[in-house]
Amino acid sequence: MTESGLKPVGSPGGKASGEEVIDLHGEYEASNVQEVLDRLDHELVGLQPVKTRIKEIAALLLVDRARRSFELTSETPTLHMSFTGNPGTGKTTVAMRIAEILHCLDYVREGHLVSVTRDDLVGQYIGHTAPKTKDVIKKAMGGVLFIDEAYYLYRPENERDYGQEAIEILLQVMENNRDDLVVILAGYKERMDTFFQSNPGFRSRIAHHIDFPDYSADELLQIGQLLLGQQSYRLSEAGERAFGEYIDLRMKLPQFANGRSIRNALDRARLRQANRLFNSSRTQKFVKQDLMTLEAEDFYASRVFAEGELDQAQVFSI
Amino acid sequence: MRITQGTFSFLPELTDEQIKKQVKYCLDQNYAVNIEYTDDPHPRNTYWEMWGLPMFDLKDPAGVLMEINECRKAYPDHYIRVGAFDNERGTESLRISFIVNRPAHEPGFRLQRTETDGRCIRYTAHAYARLTEARNAGSD
Ligand SMILES: Nc1ncnc2c1ncn2[C@@H]1O[C@H](COP(=O)(O)OP(=O)(O)OP(=O)(O)O)[C@@H](O)[C@H]1O
Repeated sequence: MTESGLKPVGSPGGKASGEEVIDLHGEYEASNVQEVLDRLDHELVGLQPVKTRIKEIAALLLVDRARRSFELTSETPTLHMSFTGNPGTGKTTVAMRIAEILHCLDYVREGHLVSVTRDDLVGQYIGHTAPKTKDVIKKAMGGVLFIDEAYYLYRPENERDYGQEAIEILLQVMENNRDDLVVILAGYKERMDTFFQSNPGFRSRIAHHIDFPDYSADELLQIGQLLLGQQSYRLSEAGERAFGEYIDLRMKLPQFANGRSIRNALDRARLRQANRLFNSSRTQKFVKQDLMTLEAEDFYASRVFAEGELDQAQVFSI
Repeated sequence: MRITQGTFSFLPELTDEQIKKQVKYCLDQNYAVNIEYTDDPHPRNTYWEMWGLPMFDLKDPAGVLMEINECRKAYPDHYIRVGAFDNERGTESLRISFIVNRPAHEPGFRLQRTETDGRCIRYTAHAYARLTEARNAGSD
């Protein structure tokens, strides 16, 4: 970050004296951030509040970088974040884009994302945790460390839990190595709130809290369309109606995981479609469209319709 | 006596910034980087102690520097070196190795002569292993 590449116009080398002009827009264009934001827009349906926050953060980082070139600030800003929301609401995907944005603006050197949970950080016996946590931290350096369901690190009911050791190392690194890595903590909203209350050290080190809303039935359908499009599948008209009904029912069932449930449901629909085609293949020839199209029956066969229950496969695939 | 060995033996001491750049190069080549220390810098001593395990899958040298600094803290009066192992088929050996820490005072070697048959003399170089002073001072 010492070589941010940002030089106010008219001061070749050296710091700006205050008279120079700075071309923020030019800087923005040169940084390729727009490209990442566009990708975020295209690949994620809905999530408007999240996207707005990300744009705001990008603007803040850009201005901050400019301020540093005028020596208005010298510190690396705190960039650690917390993402709260239910499973499958796109937290991991957004974290990957954040890593890219930070990289575009020279806030991290590499821009990769290392995604971990408690098991990757906390050991099984005395002396096991510190090397494990440090190993993960070393891998994440130069990029973003994403800790999913971060609250599992903290187990107040067991005072000798090794999670505490991992927490202490993380807190230290979040403070002392702000140039080296950015930490994102993710999980359910309520549980994260409790976690922050019992671990004020984390709360005070986090600059941005972003909340991920659940999707509406409409958005889920769009997510489904998007996923299918990526795999060269489509829904017939009746298929779309059936999938819409499926979503309405599925949302009310337990273990609903937003985007991930949609992905899983489509995987199973593709399985049924393949079966359907195969079973009628003695008597029928198919065209390209047939191979691409999911029909209503591919969805109606789900147990969600028959019994208002989860498919067997579904229970396990969550 | 300033002991030199390894890849940059002809250069003055590398700064931390230079160490980082060398390590970055190693990581970019997919080498596994490791840290070793010893109190016996004899050139034939290949058995340096390992400081933790070799580091795999790192993207950035900051983590390696962190370990170097911890090793320096634990063994300020030892020789510490960084090695980079290339697991490429057909190579499978150390590509780079350089010293990143040395004792403030380096006693060097003592030459021992042994007279044998006839007028033959055999020579043995002893590293003044682990700096006698340090031991007398009672550290470790
Ligand atoms: N808005 C969206 N548009 C398109 N796809 C989405 C959207 N939200 C989620 N998905 C899809 O849902 C799946 C799960 O998303 P992701 O892994 O980002 O969720 P998550 O919130 O990180 O879940 P968890 O915290 O449980 O791991 C991904 O395959 C992603 O493609």
